[in-house]
Amino acid sequence: MTMNGIARRSLMLGSAGVLATPLVAGAQAPAVKLGILQPVTGALSQDGEYGRLGAELAIAEINAGGGIRALGGARIETVFGDARSNPEGGVAEVEKMQAEGVTAIVGGFASPICLAASQAASRYNLPYVVDVGVSDQIVSRGLTNTFRFGPGFGVVTQTALDNLVALNDAAGKPSRTVVIVHEDGLFGSGMARLLNAELPKRGFEVLETIAHPTPARDMNNVALRIRSLRPDLVIPSSYYAEFVLLSRTMQQQRIRPKGIYCVLNGAASNYRFVREFPDAANLVMDCNHWPDPRKPRTAELRRAVEAQNRFWLYNVPLNYSAVMLVADALERAGRNDRATLTTALAATDGAFTKHIMPYGPTRFVNGQNQAGAPVNTQVQGGDIKVIFPRDFADAQPVYPVTG
Amino acid sequence: MGFPPEIILEAVLNGLLTGAVYGLVALGLTLVYGVLHIINFAHGALLTAAMYAAYVARASFGVDPYVAALPLAALFFGVGYLVQRLVIGPASRGKDENILLVTLGLSIIIENLMLAVFRSDTRSIDVPYAMEVIEFGPALLSYPRVIGFGATILVGIALFVLMRFTATGKAIRAVAKERTGAALVGIDVAHIYAVTFGIGTACLAISAALLLPSFYVSPRVGNAFVLVAFTIVVLGGMGSVVGALVGGLVIGVVESLSGLYLGESLGQIGIFLIFILVLLVRPTGLFGARA
Repeated sequence: MTMNGIARRSLMLGSAGVLATPLVAGAQAPAVKLGILQPVTGALSQDGEYGRLGAELAIAEINAGGGIRALGGARIETVFGDARSNPEGGVAEVEKMQAEGVTAIVGGFASPICLAASQAASRYNLPYVVDVGVSDQIVSRGLTNTFRFGPGFGVVTQTALDNLVALNDAAGKPSRTVVIVHEDGLFGSGMARLLNAELPKRGFEVLETIAHPTPARDMNNVALRIRSLRPDLVIPSSYYAEFVLLSRTMQQQRIRPKGIYCVLNGAASNYRFVREFPDAANLVMDCNHWPDPRKPRTAELRRAVEAQNRFWLYNVPLNYSAVMLVADALERAGRNDRATLTTALAATDGAFTKHIMPYGPTRFVNGQNQAGAPVNTQVQGGDIKVIFPRDFADAQPVYPVTG
Repeated sequence: MGFPPEIILEAVLNGLLTGAVYGLVALGLTLVYGVLHIINFAHGALLTAAMYAAYVARASFGVDPYVAALPLAALFFGVGYLVQRLVIGPASRGKDENILLVTLGLSIIIENLMLAVFRSDTRSIDVPYAMEVIEFGPALLSYPRVIGFGATILVGIALFVLMRFTATGKAIRAVAKERTGAALVGIDVAHIYAVTFGIGTACLAISAALLLPSFYVSPRVGNAFVLVAFTIVVLGGMGSVVGALVGGLVIGVVESLSGLYLGESLGQIGIFLIFILVLLVRPTGLFGARA
C-alpha cells in the first residue's frame, strides 16, 4: 500500500514535471503575492480607497520596471482585502490572504485594525507592514513580523508639541489655554491622554478634553462647549468626517480661536477638505504624515493621482513607500519566503531610497523605523503648505489667526 | 460644569429642534400601534429606505430633499399600504405574535437589500444651506433643524385635521377603539389598517427628507432612531399622537443636555435612563390611556 502510494506519487510527479517543463521554461518567475489590506467600506472607506491607490501605484511601477530582479523578474500580484473599517474585518481578511498564500501584507490604516491584523498575521509568521496606524502598542508587543515605516504616536506628538511651542514662542506667546477634542477610540483617546500630560509641562492650560464617537452625527454640543470655554487653541484628533463636521460647525457657530492645531488629524492634510470647504479649512494647522516635497518622485506621483481626478492624501505616499519597502526587502532577500523577507525587512538601512517620505536613513528597531517623522502643514489660500521642519518648509506659519 | 445661560439655552433649543424630528419618527410608530396594536419592528428599516430614497433623489437627480419630501411621502404611503395589505396582514393570520415576527423579518430583508445596493459606506449629501444659521437671540440655530421643526409642526396639524375632520380619520379612530364594531357598521378594517400603516410610513419619508441635509445615511442608521423612537413612544404613551410629539421634544432636550454635560460619547445614556424610569414609575406614559 505504502509502496504503491509512493510509487504512484513519484510517477505522477514525474509526469507532471515532464508536462510542465516546456511551460515553465517559457514563463516568467512565479509572481510574489502581496496582501493589500485597507478599509474600503464603512466609516474609514475614504482613507482605505486612497491607501489602496498608493499601494496599486507602487505595484504598477515595480511591475512595469521589470518586477523583482532578485527573483528573476517576478511580478507582484495584489491580493486585496477589505477590512470593512473594523478589526474583525481586518482579521478575517488576513485569514483569507493566508489561504491565498501571500508573502507579506501591507496596510490596515486605523490602529485597531493594524493591531488585530498584524497579530493574526504573526500566527503564520507573515510579515506585516503597517501603513498608517500610529498606536505605539503596534510595535511594542514583541511581534517580529510587524514593521512600521512611518512614525508612531510618541514621535509625532513629541514633534507636534515641540513645534507648537516654537510656533507660539515665535509669535510672542499669544496662546495659553487649550481645548482638546478627540475621537473616543484607541487613536484619539491615547492622543488626548498624552496631550493632557505634556501640554501643562510646556506652559499650556488644558481647559477641557472633549470626546466624541466615530461616526458622530452632530458636533453642536462640542462646538457649544468650546464656545463657552473660549480657548486660545483647539487641538482636535479625529478622523476625516468628524473633523470636517467639527470645523464646519465651529465656523457656523462663529468660533474663531487663535489657532486650530491638529495632531494626526484626518482632514487638515487633505486636499478634499481644502477644495470642498475652503473657508472652514483655511489656516488649520496639522502635524501629520506628509511626503517629501524635495523628492522629484513626489511631484510625479501627485500628478498621476490628480490625473485620475483623485485628491492628494497622505495615505497615497505612505502606502506607496510601504510597498516599495517590501520590494526593496524582497530584492535583498533573494527568496520569496516569509522568514527571509522578515529578516531582510528588519535589516533595511539607508540604502533604501525608493520611498518618498521626508525621513532620514531607515533603521528598524523592534519593527519601528527610527527615522519616521511627521511634518507640520497649514492650509493657506486653498493649498497645503509645509511650515515645519524649516529646512524644507515652503511657507511661513500664519499664527495667531486674527479676525 | 457650569455653563453660561446662553449656552444652555442654545443646547435646549437644539434639543427641541432635533426632538421634533424624533417625534415625527415616533409618530408613525405610535399611530400603527394605536390602531393595529402591533409594534412595527420594520420601522427603522423603512426609515433607512426612505433616507436612501431622499439620498438618491439628491445625489442622482439633484432634487432638494425638502422638495422631494411630499412626493416621497406619497410614494412611501403606497409602499406602507401595500406592505400591510399584501404582506403583514395576510401573513399574520390575526395573531399579534405573528405580526411581530413578520415585521422583524421585513426589517432584516430591507436592511440587507440596502447593504447589497449601497454597501456599508456612510453617505451624506451636501446642500448649500446645510451650515446656514438663523439667529435667535443669542443662539445660532441651524437652518435644517429649524425647517425640520416647522415641518414637523405642519405634519402634526395635518394629521390632527385628517383624524378629526375626515371620514377616513373617523374610520381610523373607530377601528382603533373597537374593531368588531367598526366592521359591523361597514368599515373595511383591512383597508383602514393598510391606510394607517401607509400614513405611518409616509411620516417616515418626511422625517427622512428632514434629516438628510444634516445627517448621514448607512444601512443601519434607522436603528439608532428607532431606539430613540421606542423610548419616545413609551414616554408619551403607547398609541398617543400628542404623546409622541411631546415625548420627542423631551427626549431631544434630554439628549442635547446630556450630550453637553456628559460628552457626545455618553450623551445617549440620558435617553435610556428615561426609558427605564418611565417603565418603572409610569408604565402608561405621559398621555397613555390604557393601563
